[in-house]
Parts: sequence; structure tokens; C-alpha cells
Amino acid sequence: MNRSFLHGRRSSRASASARERKSKNLYLVLLTIAIAIATCGKAFAADLKAPKQATAGEGITITAGDGGELLLFGPGGASKRKVSAGDVQIAGEDVRAAGRYVAVLDQATAEFYVTAAKPSTVNFLARPSRVPVSRPDAISGVAFVFDDFQNLVLKPTPVKFDLTVKENAPTTRTVESKEGIAFTRLPSASKEGAAQFVASVGGGTPVRRVVQQVASDACNLRMKAQKTDKSIIVETDPIKDCSGNAVPDGTIVTFIEVTDKGRSTVDARIKRGTARAELPLASSGTISVASGVVTGNELHLGGGQ
Amino acid sequence: MNRLIPVAMAILLVVLVAVASVSPSKISPARTPESAVRSFFEQVKNRNWSSAFSFVSPSSNTDQASLQRELGGKDGSLRTYSTLQEVQTKVLHENDTEALVRANLQWSTAVGASNSSRDIKVVKEDGSWKVYWPTEKQPNLPPQVIPVNYLRWDIIRRGPEEDWGAQNVEAPKVRIISMNAIERDNRTIVMGEVVNEDTVPGFVSVGATLLGANNETLGEESSFDKISHILLPKEVSPFRIDFPGVKLANVKNVRMTPNSLLVPASADPVIGVLNQRIEKDARGHSMLRGELVNQSGQTVNIPHVLATYYDNTGKVIWVADAYVDRALVPQTPVPFTADLRDDVAGNVQNYRVTVNHYSLDKGGL
Repeated sequence: MNRSFLHGRRSSRASASARERKSKNLYLVLLTIAIAIATCGKAFAADLKAPKQATAGEGITITAGDGGELLLFGPGGASKRKVSAGDVQIAGEDVRAAGRYVAVLDQATAEFYVTAAKPSTVNFLARPSRVPVSRPDAISGVAFVFDDFQNLVLKPTPVKFDLTVKENAPTTRTVESKEGIAFTRLPSASKEGAAQFVASVGGGTPVRRVVQQVASDACNLRMKAQKTDKSIIVETDPIKDCSGNAVPDGTIVTFIEVTDKGRSTVDARIKRGTARAELPLASSGTISVASGVVTGNELHLGGGQ
Repeated sequence: MNRLIPVAMAILLVVLVAVASVSPSKISPARTPESAVRSFFEQVKNRNWSSAFSFVSPSSNTDQASLQRELGGKDGSLRTYSTLQEVQTKVLHENDTEALVRANLQWSTAVGASNSSRDIKVVKEDGSWKVYWPTEKQPNLPPQVIPVNYLRWDIIRRGPEEDWGAQNVEAPKVRIISMNAIERDNRTIVMGEVVNEDTVPGFVSVGATLLGANNETLGEESSFDKISHILLPKEVSPFRIDFPGVKLANVKNVRMTPNSLLVPASADPVIGVLNQRIEKDARGHSMLRGELVNQSGQTVNIPHVLATYYDNTGKVIWVADAYVDRALVPQTPVPFTADLRDDVAGNVQNYRVTVNHYSLDKGGL
């Protein structure tokens, strides 16, 4: 009797725990289903769609599956706005900077890429600021092509380079940009003066730089001498380079007189196109003239030229 | 008795003060030619011009003001910024009435020590020796207006509001046209010439780095005052860079670095270098002598002479400099002397002199 009583008590305890386990499992399954349904519902509700590509400064439309706060991250900054389900208009000014953008609405995200707008301007580097005349490939110009929003335009774009000196016809070269950069080399003109070096893209504002084209070394340096009571006055002819440009005022011209008393030198400056100096009076000797590494004629005192 | 001591002390005090305050009214006359020269320069050193003049023979036909101008300087010349530091004398010749004394003078100046030598005639007059010091009469330029219209270069640089592509005005292009390295006095000396090839003036300096066998740096120096720093267009300047303690045999390579900056400058003044010739001085050393003439209208306070010496192949074999202690007033020749090493003098075939200038109201050099 005692045995059967004990057996009866054991079997009732086992069935109770089995029931407990079953109810727990059921509860877990129901909870999982509820979470899954809730999650799926949310996900479906916050769906976000955007175009793959857009143009800088032009508005785009993003489709939101549900309302909420839309966050937009881009290279130029981030913005936040409350949106309703359906089409969301993103203004052009929010996508002015070219690059990758990410839109986030709750758990949903969408990516799109903004490319530069049409080229409108160039940033222009011209070198050097001074160059002697008649030098091949002496002037270089580098143009960086940008749109209205200062985005580098990576699409190949023709860039026009013009180099003009005074009234002469311009030297023009059109170069297609690569990865936003166009580069050219131009010879300096044979005439001195401030050359206008201009770079432009179609329809855009031209950018102007000044390259001063200066006379080269003196050519055919010649002088004449005149005796006075106290000294010998030497003066050059107008000093020009081999292209006929006047060598700039202030350039050093050295006069050298060699006599039996010694040697006299004057580093004269070109003034109004010629150089002039006063040397000691001598009855015999030689006078020579030089400018930089260029030498001119030689005069012999006492025996005529 | 009580009164006597204070009175005596007071009298003693007065006497002592009087003795201390009364300077000798007359400096004792020189008994020897050498002491005459020494006493004369002692007073010059103290800038006591009246006492110095008391040692000058009346036969010199000069006055105290002229002596003061010559030895004390005027027109803001280097001499006005100088002090006589040391005098060494040596009697070269002497008889009862006349003597010749060599005075080696060392001046301390604003640009370093300056040495000069002068053979001075000393004469015996009224029982004492006096220095014969004829002062060079400098012609006074008559009052006049000298029109000067040399150009000047000013610079407008790129402003902050320019776009980043706008170019600035570039530094002038300079080029080293010759270079030579020698060893003298336990130092390696790099010298040569640099030209401003551009059409604008520049502030130029030349740096040099000596490299050893393993490309290690043996020394790095730059030209200091042995160069004309301001170079006008097409102007050529010598340069010399000294490396004390570096042996030329250890140098395998020399790296030269000419630097230039675009600076405002004036084409004025023009200084002529006249009658240059190589001579021997009283001690038998070779010297380059000549005269500087300021052909402009503005006084040059401190002229600085740079002499370049060439051998028969046109190679630069020595560069020397000298400051002139007299100011260059317009159109008045001033003599100069530049040192020439005796071991170099024999090889010199040609030479060239350029002049730096410093004016008080403009600066320069």
C-alpha cells in the first residue's frame, strides 16, 4: 500500500513539470513570433528608396515607406527633417557637394551618388610670372575645372587657353581635361609686354592671369665715347635684345677702361634705353662694355676706334 | 688746538680737490720721434683732438678741425663708428731733426677690426718732436641740385582676397656662373660669381655644403659679407664662403645653393671704381688700390669694396673685401685699398671691383 501511494505521488509530480515545460515553450514560441512579426512590420513600414545617381544642385525624390525623421548625410554636411510616408523631395541646395550620400529613416538606409554639375569655371595656375621673350614651352598653364558649386568636374571637358600680347593675335590651344585637370605649355611671344593668359570652359567665366614677357639678353651691344675737358663720356646705343625689344631700364651695363694708370669700371644702369658713364680722361687705352655675360664693342683711345 | 685740526683738514681737503680737478694744462712734449707718434695716437684714441693737435707740427699746414674730420670721421662714415684700439710703432729712420716712424694701427669698427699702416714723418721743432700730418684737402662740392631720376622697383604682392590660383610675383632667377674651391690657412674656401639673370632686382645669398666621401656633411655655410646681396638686373657679384677647420682633401662634393628674394630696390647710386691697380704697400705686400667716385647725388656713408681676382684662364682665384672708412660724397674721389694675398698675387691676370653701399637714410649693403 505504501509502495503504491509513493508511486502515485511520483507520477503526478512528473506530469505537472511536463505541463510546465510545455507552457514555457509555447510562451517562448509565441514571443518569438510576436517579435518577428513586429520587426518585419516595422521594416516593411520604413522602406526607403533613392535614385542611384544625381547631379549636384538638382533636387531628387526619395520614397519613404513610413513617416519619421529622415537623416541625410553627405560630403558637405548632414540634415534632419520630419517626413511622411511617400515621396520626399530633397532640395537641390541639400545636394550641392558632389560625392556619396546616405539617407537614413529609422532602420532603413538608402545610398546615392551626386556627380558634379556642368562645368562653369576654372581655377587657373599660370607660371612663370615673368619670362624672357621667344622661349619655347616657357609658359605653363594648369586649369582645374569646377562646376557652380566648386565641385571638381571629373568628366572630360574642353578647356581653352589663350595667350595674348598687346594687339597681336592670341595663341590658342584647347585641351580636354582629365580627372578635372587640363594642362598646356605655350611659347613666349617675340614681343615684350604683359601677356594676358586666359583659361575658360564653355559658357563659363574666363580666368585671367598676367605673364610678363620681358626682353632677353642684350644683343649687338655698342657704345660710343666722347672726350670732354675732364673725362670721357661713354654711352651705348639703345640697348635691345635680338628680337628688337628694349632691355629694361635699371639693367646693369659695365664700362671698363684700361689705361696705363690702371683700370676703371663703372656699373651703369640703363636709363631710357641707353647706359651712360663717365670715365677718367686718358690719352691711350681701351674701353669695353658688357652687360651680364654679353660683351659689346671695344674702343681704342688715342688711335681712333 | 681744538679748532686747528678741523681747519687744517678743511684746507687739506680743498687742496686735494683742487689738485684732482685741475688737469695738466699742457701735455709734456715728446722727447723722441716714437714717443711723439705714440702720444699723438694716444690722444686720438681718447678723441682728445686739441691735445692730439698739439703734437702736430705747424709745418703740416693743417688745422684741428681738419685733423678731427680725418681721424674722427664725418658724414656718417665708418670712421665715425670706429675707435682706435692699438698702435704699434717702429722707427724706420732717424736723424737729429727728422725721423720716419711706421705706425700700424688697429681700429675697432662697426664691421669688425680694421688694420692700416702709415709711415709718419716726425720733425724736431723747438726742442721737441712733432708729427708732420698734412691733412688731405677735400674739395667742397659747391651747393647745387643734382637731378636724379634712376628708377626704383616696388612690389605689389598677392593679397589674401585673391583666389588660390592667382600667382605671386616670382623671385628673380640667379645663376652661379663660376665656382672654385681652395684651401688656405687651414680652411676650405669656396668662391665664385653669381649673376642676376632676371629683369628685376633681388636679394641674393649663396649657401654651400661640403660633402665627404660617404656623403656626410663636413660643413654648411653661406656667404655673409663677401657678396653683394642686392643684385640689380644682369649684375654680377663675387661670393666667398669660408669653412674654418675643413681640409679640402676630405671634400668629395660641394653642393651650392643660390637663393634669391624679390625685394624693392633702387638703381641709385652709381659708384665708379677708377684707376684700379695692383701695387706693393710699404711692407711689400700686394694690394689692389683705386678710387671710388660716387656719380650720384646722395652721400654713401659706408662703401664696401669687393675685389675678384682671376687667373689666366678666367677662373676666380681669390675674393677679398674691404670697407672704406670715408663716406662717398657726390663726385669726390675716395681712395680704397683691398688686400691681395701674396701667394695669389703671382697668378692674378685680371681683376674686377664692385662696390656695395650703405646709406644711413636708405640702408643697403
